[in-house]
Amino acid sequence: METTIAGYKINTTEDGYLTDFSQWTKEIGIELAKEQEIEMTDKHWEVVEFLQGKHKEDAALSIRGIKKSGVIDIKTFYALFPGGPLKKSTLIAGIPKPKSCI
Amino acid sequence: MKNLVILGSGTAGTMMANHLRPKLNKGEWNISIVDQYKTHYYQPGFLFLPFDTYTEEQVKKVGKKFIPKGVNYIQKKIEKILPEENKVELEDETLEYDILVVATGSKIAPDETEGLLGPLWKKDIFDFYTFEGALALRNKLREWEGGKLVVHITELPIKCPVAPLEFAFLADSYFKEKGMRDKVDITYVTPLDGAFTKPTCSTALSYLLEEKGIKLEPDFAIERVDNENKEIIDYADKTVPFDLLVTVPTNMGDEVIERSGMGDDLNFIPTHKHTLQSIENENVFVIGDATNVPASKAGSVAHFQAETLTDNILLYIKGYTLKEEFDGHANCFIETGDKKALLIDFNYVTEPVHGTFPFSKIGPLKLLKESVFNHWGKLAFRWIYWNMLLKGIAIPFVSRNMSFKGKVFDIKK
Repeated sequence: METTIAGYKINTTEDGYLTDFSQWTKEIGIELAKEQEIEMTDKHWEVVEFLQGKHKEDAALSIRGIKKSGVIDIKTFYALFPGGPLKKSTLIAGIPKPKSCI
Repeated sequence: MKNLVILGSGTAGTMMANHLRPKLNKGEWNISIVDQYKTHYYQPGFLFLPFDTYTEEQVKKVGKKFIPKGVNYIQKKIEKILPEENKVELEDETLEYDILVVATGSKIAPDETEGLLGPLWKKDIFDFYTFEGALALRNKLREWEGGKLVVHITELPIKCPVAPLEFAFLADSYFKEKGMRDKVDITYVTPLDGAFTKPTCSTALSYLLEEKGIKLEPDFAIERVDNENKEIIDYADKTVPFDLLVTVPTNMGDEVIERSGMGDDLNFIPTHKHTLQSIENENVFVIGDATNVPASKAGSVAHFQAETLTDNILLYIKGYTLKEEFDGHANCFIETGDKKALLIDFNYVTEPVHGTFPFSKIGPLKLLKESVFNHWGKLAFRWIYWNMLLKGIAIPFVSRNMSFKGKVFDIKK
């Protein structure tokens, strides 16, 4: 579905994930974060950029991957994106949430 | 003579040996396949072992039976792959290759989670992704008197991502049949945000959990198992208590990939997702669970990959450009219990859809919908696996790439 955020027109899934990463901008990220009641800091952006890099490589995203990356430890990851850090950080990063095959 | 070496004689490796031998001139090409284990397991059968649906004998055969004549079958441990030197070190010899096919699969790594291999392992905590684990769980279930059953996924990717959900559905049926469903509380714990994560599936299938009285604990990223208090704890300090924990531990590629420095964090080999050539070495190809491609780790995927990879190896030998053909196609039966099953068909970009399979409008199988016929299909598949799939015989009317005939793309709520 099409929606407007931070003045940009974007296409999203029903649960709000961008369907086309090329539409993503930092301003959109900030707005999406606000909707999750998250105020973006440098550490948040570092995680978001790491995830976007992984997405470009087609690599699977997992909590374990985050832990191994050295970008952040898991407790901090949960503190930055409370209540489902991977689904919230991917939403803000403009990339699909981790999925299973059904 | 030139040498083509296949590492691993599981589903993918065995299929490749069967595809390639008739297509490569015997005067020009030696084909060798290496695997230290003698037994070939029908891994989809591990889901049924715990519930006494299949016997041990139905899920294992001697691997040698499936290796074609004219292929050199080497039962030795693989120590290390040396891709820069085109060599593979085995326990007591070194093989040289012109082309290498890596089909070393994936397996569980329970030691990756703190406390999983503690005092309760194989007493109250089980896996069903190994033959031994599934058998031990069968013996436990035969005498279990009920309590809190927790079915749990540690993290993705895992082999056959729907198997844990199928396990929960089959457990519901199993305890109903035993007349003790009221004594069992089933909870499904997943690191994802739901049991069904693709919109088409959550719309069509979310009724299943409710119908079967299975509780859902989403967004649960396990940190450790507390053996003393019998609970699993996640990074957000959420806890889920259990009497019986059936877990799918972290899945990783074989250690030989790590020893050879060819894998990612999980020992999966970076592989081109459409050609199946390894990213690092042009004469190394990767198939099945050993790759890092974003397709499901499933036998049907290996089957479709094998067809594309065979063509690409022949193209590579002739010096032609490889086909960027593999589309992530997967085709899986999903047991939903009560002798019914679903069938899903999808690829890298298209989510599971409604419709009929393999024939437009006729079926006889129904996609994304429970049916008794689908359940028979799943059970019949064991015969297809042993008699057709491993031998590289194409399944009639099922193509390597996903077909869009007879499928409906507008799922209504």
